[in-house]
Amino acid sequence: MAMIDEPLYPIAVLIDELKNEDIQLRLNSIRKLSTIARALGEERTRKELIPFLSENNDDDDEVLLAMAEELGVFIPYVGGVEYANVLLPPLETLCIVEETCVRDKAVESLCRVGAQMREQDLVEFFIPMLKRLAAGEWFTARVSSCGLFHIAYPSAPEALKTELRTIYSQLCQDDMPMVRRSAATNLGKFAATIEAPHLKVDIMPMFNDLTQDDQDSVRLLAVEGCAALGKLLEPQDCAAHILPVIVSFSQDKSWRVRYMVANQLYELCEAVGPEPTRSDLVPAYVRLLRDNEAEVRIAAAGKVTKFCRILNSELAIQNILPCVKELSTDSSQHVRSALASVIMGMAPILGKDATIEQLLPIFLSLLKDEFPDVRLNIISKLDQVNQVIGIDLLSQSLLPAIVELAEDRHWRVRLAIIEYIPLLASQLGVGFFDDKLGALCMQWLKDKVYSIRDAAANNVKRLAEEFGPEWALQHIVPQVLDMINNPHYLYRMTILQAISLLAPVMGAEITCSNLLPVVINASKDRVPNIKFNVAKVLQSLIPIVDQSVVEKSIRPCLVELSEDPDVDVRFFATQALQSSDQLTMMSS
Amino acid sequence: MHGGDEVVAAPAGPPQPLDWKFSQVFGERIAGEEVQEVDIISAIEFDKTGDHLATGDRGGRVVLFERTDTKDHGVSRRDLERMDYPISRHPEFRYKTEFQSHEPEFDYLKSLEIEEKINKIRWCQTANSALFLLSTNDKTIKFWKVQEKKIKKISDMNLDPSKAVGNGSVASSSSPKPCLVNGSSFDGSYNNLSNDFFPPGGLPSLRLPVVTSQETNLVARCRRVYGHAHDYHINSISSNSDGETFISADDLRINLWNLEISSQSFNIVDVKPTNMEDLTEVITSAEFHPTHCNMLAYSSSKGSIRLIDLRQSALCDSHAKLFEEPEAPGSRSFFTEIIASISDIKFSKDGRHILSRDYMTLKLWDINMDSGPVATFQVHEYLRPKLCDLYENDSIFDKFECCLSGDGLRVATGSYSNLFRVCGCAPGSTESTTLEASKNPMRRQVQTPTRPSRPLSSITRVVRRGSETPGVDANGNSFDFTTKLLHLAWHPTENLIACAAANSLYMYYA
Repeated sequence: MAMIDEPLYPIAVLIDELKNEDIQLRLNSIRKLSTIARALGEERTRKELIPFLSENNDDDDEVLLAMAEELGVFIPYVGGVEYANVLLPPLETLCIVEETCVRDKAVESLCRVGAQMREQDLVEFFIPMLKRLAAGEWFTARVSSCGLFHIAYPSAPEALKTELRTIYSQLCQDDMPMVRRSAATNLGKFAATIEAPHLKVDIMPMFNDLTQDDQDSVRLLAVEGCAALGKLLEPQDCAAHILPVIVSFSQDKSWRVRYMVANQLYELCEAVGPEPTRSDLVPAYVRLLRDNEAEVRIAAAGKVTKFCRILNSELAIQNILPCVKELSTDSSQHVRSALASVIMGMAPILGKDATIEQLLPIFLSLLKDEFPDVRLNIISKLDQVNQVIGIDLLSQSLLPAIVELAEDRHWRVRLAIIEYIPLLASQLGVGFFDDKLGALCMQWLKDKVYSIRDAAANNVKRLAEEFGPEWALQHIVPQVLDMINNPHYLYRMTILQAISLLAPVMGAEITCSNLLPVVINASKDRVPNIKFNVAKVLQSLIPIVDQSVVEKSIRPCLVELSEDPDVDVRFFATQALQSSDQLTMMSS
Repeated sequence: MHGGDEVVAAPAGPPQPLDWKFSQVFGERIAGEEVQEVDIISAIEFDKTGDHLATGDRGGRVVLFERTDTKDHGVSRRDLERMDYPISRHPEFRYKTEFQSHEPEFDYLKSLEIEEKINKIRWCQTANSALFLLSTNDKTIKFWKVQEKKIKKISDMNLDPSKAVGNGSVASSSSPKPCLVNGSSFDGSYNNLSNDFFPPGGLPSLRLPVVTSQETNLVARCRRVYGHAHDYHINSISSNSDGETFISADDLRINLWNLEISSQSFNIVDVKPTNMEDLTEVITSAEFHPTHCNMLAYSSSKGSIRLIDLRQSALCDSHAKLFEEPEAPGSRSFFTEIIASISDIKFSKDGRHILSRDYMTLKLWDINMDSGPVATFQVHEYLRPKLCDLYENDSIFDKFECCLSGDGLRVATGSYSNLFRVCGCAPGSTESTTLEASKNPMRRQVQTPTRPSRPLSSITRVVRRGSETPGVDANGNSFDFTTKLLHLAWHPTENLIACAAANSLYMYYA
């Protein structure tokens, strides 16, 4: 065994542990690969470390993944760009392993390395490697190769370019569906690097093959290529070549394919231009909105606003709105819920009159939906409608909906509506709130479920922020403080929490005059849990109120609590006293 | 077999009946040796190439075998596929490796014991030299990777391995940190090593470890666990031709999984009625179509097979096709429904036919014809008078598997007394052989040579044949209901059957 100088000891350990039995130690060493490389120097890194890593391809997947990642940023350690090609062999072997995430990372790193390589090196090293992978015996190599063409192609001489295009077209027809899927996924990236004339002659046939694949899983991915390719082609070519494909996809036998179209269709409208959109894509979209499969309708309904934004309002009213009406009474609650989450966004597109005339009845019917998610989704986007038609037209229906949700037997529904109360308050205004919602907010403070009480206390604070301390003093504080006398200690605790949240918003004066006496009073509670929470609240009040108040009321109270028979009360009281001492010291 | 439009091109009459010979046995029992419950084989499956065979047992173990007679040629896999390889010898297998796939568990929420017994094994797409397979017990499916790994023998370390300890930063903090002379530990100190610490040429005294040994051993690693998706017992798993998904079926539901994602699955079939008292049938088996990734078939306890198309809708409650044999009038008895229950279905290699096994028969269905099976084979018709006894000792609920030959010309299934039957299903074939899972498979064979006296009825589509003579008892052997041959598999390309008799794996070739 070699003798190692003391300062080198850590790095020596690191190197030895590249082959340790313990996977955690190997992982650690691999993550520090750049340190090892620097210690070995550039030349030995190239001649020893890289070949060493190339052989290490049967390690555990976690180690291989880390290795693939490190090698992507390894160019500086092998001596710069002119030596970047030495990184290709280890990454090539990683491109062939079985685990998908390792291969993906290796491809990503190869792209990163390839993007920095000199042109002649790409031709001399990168492209031959790509060809080897594309002709690989195992499908894993061929899958990986698909993601590398867009790096290699631009630097290739003319003859090689032709060859690369041929190879890619073979990959599009590979026996293995995994390879065809990878070819479909990467087609857009590859196409972006190809010269316009070849695009039509070579790429479009590949694309057509993929769109007619037997396997659903391949056709699905070809749908994604539509938008990418569409953007590369001239509008008239796009209309001639891509449009028919989209239209036929929108009527595909497989609901999964139609689902993908429903998700992507709005993106394609831009690519094909306004006229084909009107004549072909709108009817296709309407078909999807009326699809037999609920999953497809969910996807289509969720995109209704984005789609309408591309169209003019006339087209939207004429074609899309009737479907929206149907969807609002769809048999699937998930469809209605998806619609409810976006439909409010249609108001600004359609304008005031159409909204009142056409959309409002739909809003109202969705607000009465039996499924709480639908109602919640409408309420959550209220601000978008408010800007267009004002809230008055809705408020009549809104209130029963809110009240019903507020009293829903599922606490998660109640929790969701509480989250929206500040939004509602800001949209509906003080008057409406005082009349109708104030009582609800107080009721939640006495909910059976802790999460609701917790959210209610927070809600009280947010309302005070929204409407200001003056209003809060009148409309919230008295009711909240009233509840400190509740016979159940858990409710009293909620009030203490509400007070601690309200205090910073209300300011020193109101805190001293209204909140503090209640807290001090609660320190005489018979339940220790209340008492130590008083200590905690007092601690949080110290920075807010005046030093004189601290001396006069807070500290005496805390001192008393610090002599309590209960150990927890003493602990928190002492803690509060200490923090008060620190504050005093800092300010003096 | 006149149902299909395109009848399999029959050259000149049906193929000759096969002459089955004993090939190999693994785990043979010595006379008088008692079978350990955990050793009983509960699943058998060949991989797609037929180069590997996996068995699972009640003890939760999976044993892999590999073919030895083709491996020696050093020809690449692709070349082998291309050339029409003349088989000079019959396939031979050798033990490759084994691993513990499942352990007994206890579900505390439901107070339920979960057995470790392997219910099904399915091979997945092989990549590189690594083998992938799915194994399942009643509740949990696992994805295994079996790979050759180099045995590490490291030499040329920088530090004396006997003294070197973990660098401590990630390893267990309890391990003592190596102390340097000055008493400080070097934890994390290499992070502080600045660039100038290393001379431009590197440090010549540092060396990379060298791996000397070139020996390899097989390592099985569990890559993913797909759990908590089944309320009832999983009866089948099946991998899809798209190479990225598989299904798992229990009594009432079928779930679709992505191999890469173990945290969620999609329910595609749910036959659970809102009121469990309305339950009339359960799912007994499910399988993907061998080439169409969107099609799958499942069988029920009422004797029907449903073909569903995943393209139609997300929840496939409505089937695309229903295969059911109309009940013969007047033949109803107490046992009719029980023995109609299908215990296993298999697609033929081309996906054109489905083979199903119920208690008394094997039925072959053409997926283009849903009015009835194209052929029915009696398996053990002599047991019909004994159904009452079989019901009483629960044997009537035994789940026999079935299999088709790679060329689709023959079918096979098991029976009691460690017997199994091979029948020809090509048009005009009358082949029907009974074999015993022992070293002398023809020992107990009743004379059931082709019986030309019984002309093949061209009027009835359903061809019934097979030994209707009640008596293997005539040979003086009484039937033994405890030795049943439930599991068997046909090699995908050659005439080789692997079957399980208790803890022994027998292989026969023709």
